[in-house]
Amino acid sequence: MDLSKPVPNPTPTSQPYWDALAAGNVKLQQCDDCGSWVFYPRSHCSNCLSPNLTWKTVSGEGEVYSFTIARSPTAPQFAGEEPQYIAVIELNEGIRLNTVLTKVNEADIKVGMKVVPVFHREGDATLLYFKPAS
Amino acid sequence: MGLTGTAAIVGAADYKNERKYSGTRKFFLEQWAELTHKALQQAGLQKSDIDGLCCNSIPESPSFAPSTIAEYLGLHVNFAETVDLGGASPVGMIWRAAAAIEMGLCQAVVCGAPALPMPHNPNPKPFDHTRSFGSTSANWGAPQAEFDVPYGNVAQNAGYALIAQRYAATYGYDERALAKIAADQRTNAQGNDKAVFCGQPINIDDVLQSRMIADPLHILEIVMPCSGGSVVILANKELATRCQNRPVHVTGCGERLTTRSTTYAEDMTVTPVGPAAASAFAMSGKKPSDVDVLEAYDCYTITVMLTIEDSGFCNKGEGCAFINDNDLTFKGSFPVNTHGGQLGAGQAGLAGGMSQPIEAVRQIMGIAHGRQVPNCNTALVTGTGGIMSEQSAIILEGA
Repeated sequence: MDLSKPVPNPTPTSQPYWDALAAGNVKLQQCDDCGSWVFYPRSHCSNCLSPNLTWKTVSGEGEVYSFTIARSPTAPQFAGEEPQYIAVIELNEGIRLNTVLTKVNEADIKVGMKVVPVFHREGDATLLYFKPAS
Repeated sequence: MGLTGTAAIVGAADYKNERKYSGTRKFFLEQWAELTHKALQQAGLQKSDIDGLCCNSIPESPSFAPSTIAEYLGLHVNFAETVDLGGASPVGMIWRAAAAIEMGLCQAVVCGAPALPMPHNPNPKPFDHTRSFGSTSANWGAPQAEFDVPYGNVAQNAGYALIAQRYAATYGYDERALAKIAADQRTNAQGNDKAVFCGQPINIDDVLQSRMIADPLHILEIVMPCSGGSVVILANKELATRCQNRPVHVTGCGERLTTRSTTYAEDMTVTPVGPAAASAFAMSGKKPSDVDVLEAYDCYTITVMLTIEDSGFCNKGEGCAFINDNDLTFKGSFPVNTHGGQLGAGQAGLAGGMSQPIEAVRQIMGIAHGRQVPNCNTALVTGTGGIMSEQSAIILEGA
C-alpha cells in the first residue's frame, strides 16, 4: 500500500484553483448568468448548468460549519497525525469545503467559529487549511 | 401512481455473521448459487420460476455482473439491474424488483448481496493504489479524490461525525440517547444467533466508556465489519399464493440522493430519508403511527436517530427525547432493528443493508424466533449509502 500523504492531482478545470492557492490566494468560480458561487471547480454551474463561469479572488474568510476530531487515523496515510482536526468551512460566499484546522486549541473548536485561510504546503501541493480569525 | 402492492417477498436466506470467518472461502458467484438455492427452498419455489435479477457489482466481474450471475446460476431473466447505491442498494433492489413484477416484465426476482471472503488468489495482481481509500474514490477527476481525501475526510467515520456535530450545534445532543440506540439494539441481538454480538449485551455506560473514534462517535456506535451474505426472492401474486410463507408485500417505496460528500449537503442534519420515507408512506397509504417495526439502516447511531426524525416518527430536533421515551427493543414501545441491526449483528458488506429488509420479512412472516414482535404486520425499512449520500425506503406489509 502507498502510505505517502495523498495530494490533489488537478484537472484542467481545477488547475486555476490550485495555482491560486500556491500563490497565496483563494479563487472561486462565479456564474456569469445566475450569480451563484460554485465549489468545487466545475465545467458548468451547479445551480443553472451555465458554462459561463468566471474565476474571482475572494477573502477566504468564513466559519466552521461542522468539525470532528479524529482520534484514530481516518486512513493509514494519516497515521501519526491524530488527533486530526477535520472541518467543513462555510465561506462568506456560502460555499462549503473540507479542510483541516490548524493553530487552534482543541477546546476552542466550535461550530460557528470564525476562520481565515492558511496556505499549507504538502509536498509540491498547497492545501487550504484554516485557523481561528482572532 | 406507484406500487399497488401486488409483488411480495416470499423467501430469504442469509449466512451467519462472523467477525472472523470460520468456513470455506467462496467466490461471490458460488455464494449467489448457494444463497439462491436456500431461499428457493425457504419460499417453496423452483429455480425455473425466477426470471429477474438485481445485484451489485461482483469482484469476479465488476462489469456485466447480471449476465455473469445469470449464466452461472442458469437463469433466464427478463429483467436485470445492477444497483449501485452503497448500503441503500438492497432496499433499492427490492423496490425495483417489485416495480418490474408489477409491470409484468417478470414474475419472480432474486436480489442478492453475498459477503463471504473470497479464496486467496495464488496469482495475485499488484495492489491497485487507486482503491486504497475504501469506498472513497481516489481516481483522477473524482471530486472526492481532489477535495476530500487530501484533508483526511476519508471513508465514513469522519463524515458521520461531522453530521452529528452539526446536529449537536443546531438542536443539542444527548449522548446517552444516542448510546441507548446501540444498547437497545444489542439487547435485540441477544435473540439473534446469527448476530456477531449474540451473547454480549451492553448498556449505555458501556457505549459511552468505549473508545472515542471521531468526536462524538464512540467505537460502540459504529458498525463492526463481518462476513455474511444474503438474498431475498420476490414474486407476483400468482406465485406468492403457491409459496409456503405469509407473503410480505412491497406497498410503498421512495429514494433520494443529492450529494456524494456530505460536505455539500444543503443541510447536513436534514437527511435524504425524509423525502424517501414520505414517498413510501404516501404510496402505501400508511403513516408513521401504523408502523409495527422500524428496520432502519444503522451504520452509526446518528443514522438511526436522524431516520426516526426525518421519517416523521417525531418532530425535527426531538429525536433524542423520543429515544429516551421509548424502549427500542423487540418487547418495547417502538421496536427498532429487532435483529440487533448492523450495530448488534455486524455489517457484512452490502448484506448489512439487506439485513433490515430480511428482518422485517421474518417479523411479518412470524418466524423471528426469540425476538418476535406480536401481531407484526407493517414495517418501514430504510437503506443508507455513503455519507447519507443516498437513502431508500420501503413499506412492507403482511397480506
